[in-house]
Amino acid sequence: MLAKRIIPCLDVTDGRVVKGVNFLELRDAGDPVEIARRYDEQGADELTFLDITASSDNRGLILHIIEEVASQVFIPLTVGGGVREVEDVRRLLNAGADKVSINTSAVVNPQLVADASDRYGSQCIVVAIDAKQVGVDALGQPRWEVFTHGGRKETGLDAVEWARKMVSLGAGELLVTSMDRDGTKIGFNLGLNKAISDAVDVPIIASGGVGNLQHLVDGVKLGGADAVLAASIFHYGEYTVHQAKEYMREHGIEVRL
Amino acid sequence: MIDIAVVDYGMGNLRSVSKALEHVAPNKNVVVTSSAKDIIDAERVVFPGQGAMPDCMRELESRGLHDVIVQSAASKPFLGICIGLQLLFQHSEEGDANGLGILAGKVKRFAADAMHDAEGNKLKVPHMGWNQVYQKQTHQMWKDIPNGERFYYVHSYYVQPHDASLVAGVTEYPTPFTGAIAHNNIFAVQFHPEKSQHAGLQLLSNFVQWNGKP
Repeated sequence: MLAKRIIPCLDVTDGRVVKGVNFLELRDAGDPVEIARRYDEQGADELTFLDITASSDNRGLILHIIEEVASQVFIPLTVGGGVREVEDVRRLLNAGADKVSINTSAVVNPQLVADASDRYGSQCIVVAIDAKQVGVDALGQPRWEVFTHGGRKETGLDAVEWARKMVSLGAGELLVTSMDRDGTKIGFNLGLNKAISDAVDVPIIASGGVGNLQHLVDGVKLGGADAVLAASIFHYGEYTVHQAKEYMREHGIEVRL
Repeated sequence: MIDIAVVDYGMGNLRSVSKALEHVAPNKNVVVTSSAKDIIDAERVVFPGQGAMPDCMRELESRGLHDVIVQSAASKPFLGICIGLQLLFQHSEEGDANGLGILAGKVKRFAADAMHDAEGNKLKVPHMGWNQVYQKQTHQMWKDIPNGERFYYVHSYYVQPHDASLVAGVTEYPTPFTGAIAHNNIFAVQFHPEKSQHAGLQLLSNFVQWNGKP
């Protein structure tokens, strides 16, 4: 049976792993290559790197980091952040990324998702959706909207509709981050994840808000996630990936152990 | 002297494959190449591939590699990975495309709408992640790999050989599909050994040592 995946996420800026709360207040968590190796040893199913480097000067750093990780760690690597054109996708894949995550640029230029998946296959195109609840609809159901630029800019796009559109253009997987939850440790936004998971055929990675292992279980069982992504709980040694998997298995979830 | 040629026909990322081979065989000369001569000279051939099968066939043809692949698949240890497995067969539902036709059979798509797990949850397509591979024959390529070991998959299509005895491994999603085939000097897998951590590296290491006999 297909295992649910646990994906530690490394936010990288200027060559270091950092973690913030609600996309702000960054705190240093260490060297990306060292951290990647540690999670690989603990049994991580994949790794995601998000390049959150603000200045374009240091953008090249992520390529070196990915090259180094890819020659030592033999599990799938997803890299996102600053992907603006098909050429950026090519560069990251050549450095050793297996999948490239597209976020802001998918909103600015949806054709990029189509072009990149036509060229490299939808299996390597992940669309990252940062969403925030913006009230309720006429039936009292929550409504989520897509935000870009690290959560600073609202787009007016309905998150569930947007998910459908991205899949129709060629996204092979969706990384759904609840911006109201990111770094808060109060759990995933299960309603958001479930709504998107039910709306599309491709796998969904739930992200944003993990504070304990039960949150991971809830993400799968209640949020319909195919994979769960977390950062803080692993970075600061609260739990190992192995502990997380054991906990999920105890709660009836198929994992790779 | 080229020990292992990784066939580059412009489809997808071959760095992972070559890095993993270099990791398990540091003393071997691993070359990522689109040169027919390199592929002919190499002691063993790895035939990977990502993307859509019609594009893969077109790129193979445009680089003049069709005949070289057919020849290698008939003569030396040959490892197909993902689309490199699918291309060995006659025909794919993906783009209604013909493959190389080295093996009899077809490539089919998972029926996304009709697939549910035991608890009634919708199964996603692509089939993405770590799933168990059950070995259907004893083979040197399975050496030191436990039956039912998990490998990393990412695909929407799977092969259906005419001759069921070619099947070397199956995976369930939700019903059994072909995860690996073996035929003389050919071994080909739908999953990605280069991304399957210890188990995948073991399979690649087995390939480096395999004499190409069934």
